[in-house]
Amino acid sequence: MIHVVKHKNFWFIFSGALTILSIIAISIWGLKPAIDFTGGTLIEMQFTGVRPEKIVVEEVFQKTKLEHVQLQPLGDSGFLARLPFIDAQKHTELSGNMDGAFRDAWREERFDTIGPSVSKELKTNTAYAIFWAALSITLYIAWAFRRVSEPVKSWKYGISAIIALLHDIIIPTGVFAVLGHFLGMEVDVLFVTALLTIMGFSVHDTIVTFDRIRENLLKRRHDAFETIVEDSINQTIARSINTTLTTLLSLFAVLLFGGEMIRPFALALIIGIGCGAYSSIFLASLLLVQWNRRGK
Amino acid sequence: MQKVEKKQASRSNIKWGVLGILLVLLAGSIFAFPGFYRSFSHGLEGKTGIALPRFEIPDFRLGLDLLGGAHLVYEVDASSVQSSDRADAVAGVRDVIERRVNAFGVGEPLVQTNVSGDIHRVIVELPGVVNVADAIKQIGETPLLEFKEQNPNPLPTLTPEEEARLKKANDDEQKKAKDILLAVRSGKKSFEEYAREFSQDTRTKETGGDLGFIGLSGEPWTRQLYLFASQRGVVGAVAKDILNSEIGFHVVKVEEIKELVGTVSARHILVCYQGIDGCVSERTKEEALAAIQSIRAKATKDNFATLAGERSDDPGSARQGGDLGAITRGQMVKPFEDAAFALPLGAISDPVESPFGFHLIYTYDEKKEKQYRVRHILIDKTTANEISPNLDPWLSTKLSGKQLDRATVEFDQQTGDVQVGLQFDKEGEELFSAITERNVGKPVAIFLDGEVISAPTVQQKITGGTAVITGRFSVGEAKLLAQRLNAGALPLPVSLVSQSTVGPTLGKVSLEKSLFAGLVGFGLVLLFMILYYRLPGLLAGVALLLYAILVLGIFKLVPVTLTLAGIAGFILSLGMAVDANVLIFERIKEELRGGHTFSRAIPLGFERAWTSIRDSNVATLITCAVLYWFGTSVVRGFAVTLTIGVLVSMFSAITVTRILVRYVEPWIKEGTVLVLGSKKPPQI
Repeated sequence: MIHVVKHKNFWFIFSGALTILSIIAISIWGLKPAIDFTGGTLIEMQFTGVRPEKIVVEEVFQKTKLEHVQLQPLGDSGFLARLPFIDAQKHTELSGNMDGAFRDAWREERFDTIGPSVSKELKTNTAYAIFWAALSITLYIAWAFRRVSEPVKSWKYGISAIIALLHDIIIPTGVFAVLGHFLGMEVDVLFVTALLTIMGFSVHDTIVTFDRIRENLLKRRHDAFETIVEDSINQTIARSINTTLTTLLSLFAVLLFGGEMIRPFALALIIGIGCGAYSSIFLASLLLVQWNRRGK
Repeated sequence: MQKVEKKQASRSNIKWGVLGILLVLLAGSIFAFPGFYRSFSHGLEGKTGIALPRFEIPDFRLGLDLLGGAHLVYEVDASSVQSSDRADAVAGVRDVIERRVNAFGVGEPLVQTNVSGDIHRVIVELPGVVNVADAIKQIGETPLLEFKEQNPNPLPTLTPEEEARLKKANDDEQKKAKDILLAVRSGKKSFEEYAREFSQDTRTKETGGDLGFIGLSGEPWTRQLYLFASQRGVVGAVAKDILNSEIGFHVVKVEEIKELVGTVSARHILVCYQGIDGCVSERTKEEALAAIQSIRAKATKDNFATLAGERSDDPGSARQGGDLGAITRGQMVKPFEDAAFALPLGAISDPVESPFGFHLIYTYDEKKEKQYRVRHILIDKTTANEISPNLDPWLSTKLSGKQLDRATVEFDQQTGDVQVGLQFDKEGEELFSAITERNVGKPVAIFLDGEVISAPTVQQKITGGTAVITGRFSVGEAKLLAQRLNAGALPLPVSLVSQSTVGPTLGKVSLEKSLFAGLVGFGLVLLFMILYYRLPGLLAGVALLLYAILVLGIFKLVPVTLTLAGIAGFILSLGMAVDANVLIFERIKEELRGGHTFSRAIPLGFERAWTSIRDSNVATLITCAVLYWFGTSVVRGFAVTLTIGVLVSMFSAITVTRILVRYVEPWIKEGTVLVLGSKKPPQI
């Protein structure tokens, strides 16, 4: 038996602090958008044998008259180049010049270039996706808690679930703002995908806990609301922790072994899903208690 | 009594259920991993002679990020078309691009249109393409075919400034060639390596500059090269000077000198068969072979000319008794040439097969000459009209690829050279006859992408609207050109707005890493479940295995294109799939604590956990739907695998686990440590 409700102010402060810190990080540093959203080019080049000096590769870019190029070492023998959008002709020219400088000792492993119209559309679509996901999940919550169960009004369940949901997506976003500022980690379409997936998970966890509260409310009409919530939390906590744990275990496998490209995606999911499990117990349910007390 | 019977009946149902699960597991694993089954059945057949049935099982469909390949997004400028006709016009663009893409024969290319707002796009996916730059070039560019006539006006001379520029450019090129010569002679690397690196002769670059044996026949520059080799060449050494030929500067190395047949004079008899261009006979290939063999049996030196006149299907030469006159290398199709040059003087060959049919060849004369096997490194020379566009000796006619009706690959009846035949439309036919009429005795040049590929002299006015392009095409090049000409011009201009290319190595590494991550993830989840829930955990593990195999099978059946994000979605769903089991087991534990016996707690646990399972998965499904709706292909891959995962997990975790748990139920004593990791007596 753990006593969650008794220390609820502590949990509110804890959740609130994390959320506020995240918001501060986001507003100071912002997120570092990837070329998906800004348009631009990403080239991954691998070299056989010793990686050449950065300046040598930079010269090739200069020779091709490409500006605003950022080169960053990648793995043991590669470079990742970031530059503005380039057309096919310029790309061919660059490859030619690289061939001239390194002959067959280099290889272009990946070339992504995204023009302004595509990135603009991605941005719009992402905004739409976030909007529709938020709306449909809110509607779903409203539907899931449509049956009124005294003493708590059904919309209070919904609002608590949504606050928990906001908490769960603000924190990973904050972490990525920090990572973006200090490690240059970028936010791409997959990050947004992770956020939307987290939304689903967050609600998923909250619903399981709330379901139990409702069930207990029906069974035990004479007990205090606080006791019921406390019991419900204790009854579902093992489930919440265990399912989150199995999901996190498989995500850690992706984070550690899945390779460079998918790592940020796995990281965002891990943070968000962790928050989701936490908030369903220590935030959403406690909000219900708090609200109910005020209501009386 | 009745109650016992009922229980037994359901017991046998459960046994059937378990058998069913095992069967699905077996069939599913064969379907998902056919490699193991194939090697097993192969081994079994080898040892015991028992042949297991073989199945056609599809492979997983991999996305470009795992397979390597190119994803290209073209934006179509449809502003010139009324908005109501845009969709059709864009579909036209897609069709043309699709034809162009098909012309270079990559496995399973995908070309589709995409509309968002008033922006029309064509998306091209090319799996496994190595040379993406070439592919892009061929997709975006129409081969520009033009017919030009000689400029009758006197050409202006170069201005002194242009003269100076030309001289400077040529000097630079000569200097470059000389530098290469010095480097080659220093001997640090072989001639071949330098050729690969520097030569601008794209035809011989890859073979280390090897031109093969050259004689006095051929183009002007090869004759210049031949003369140069005969005067300056030392076998096995690089010539001390560079050759300044008509086309550029050459570093030359003579590899071998041989006394070879330079020209042969020959007669031939051709027997063609149905299906060959220009053949009027209706005999089959077998009949043609029989016919030529019977002629061969009769043929002698003395009656060859007569037989040719009577039997040969080559009307041009048959009239001359099959005489082709003197032939030099490069004039005839390769099989014919090889046979003719290999034939001893005065002999009659066995039947020789060529694109025209079967030939008998009789050589009646030959001339030997010294030939040189030469390697060269070519540096192109800037010409006067590259410096000054006014110097263009050719004038545009209005005739171009636009008036083209159809292009086909053909073989020249005389020489067997590969050529591209052109059939003009009505307008083109009129233009072409007018052009040939006013240019009799003068050359008309055919330009492809701004370069002359042939400039035949017009013999007489040509009506009928057909023309041929001859050039030194290989069959493959001619085919590609014909296909590209047929594909036509793009009805609307396009621009490449986004490109994503993944090299095959990177794709393979990503695939291996994700598979490994999947295995580790699966192992960790399994381990956790067994350690925490003991026997039921193991059963949930079996359900999870079945889940994984079913999902992989569905990926193959649908088929789902697996991307990096998609595989991540699948691995994530592995963790989620046991969620339902956790819910159920925790519920069973609670029911036990609530004082129920095992036999009662188990069905209660399944029943009461269901609403939570259903409600909680709906949220994930909603997210997936939104992701699918708005996502790019990467995001969609994730949404699809996660959706399939969630749906299958609801079945596997509930139905499968229920059958398994009920199957092992009688074996469990109350309160045993095997169950749910709890041996505490129920608390109230």
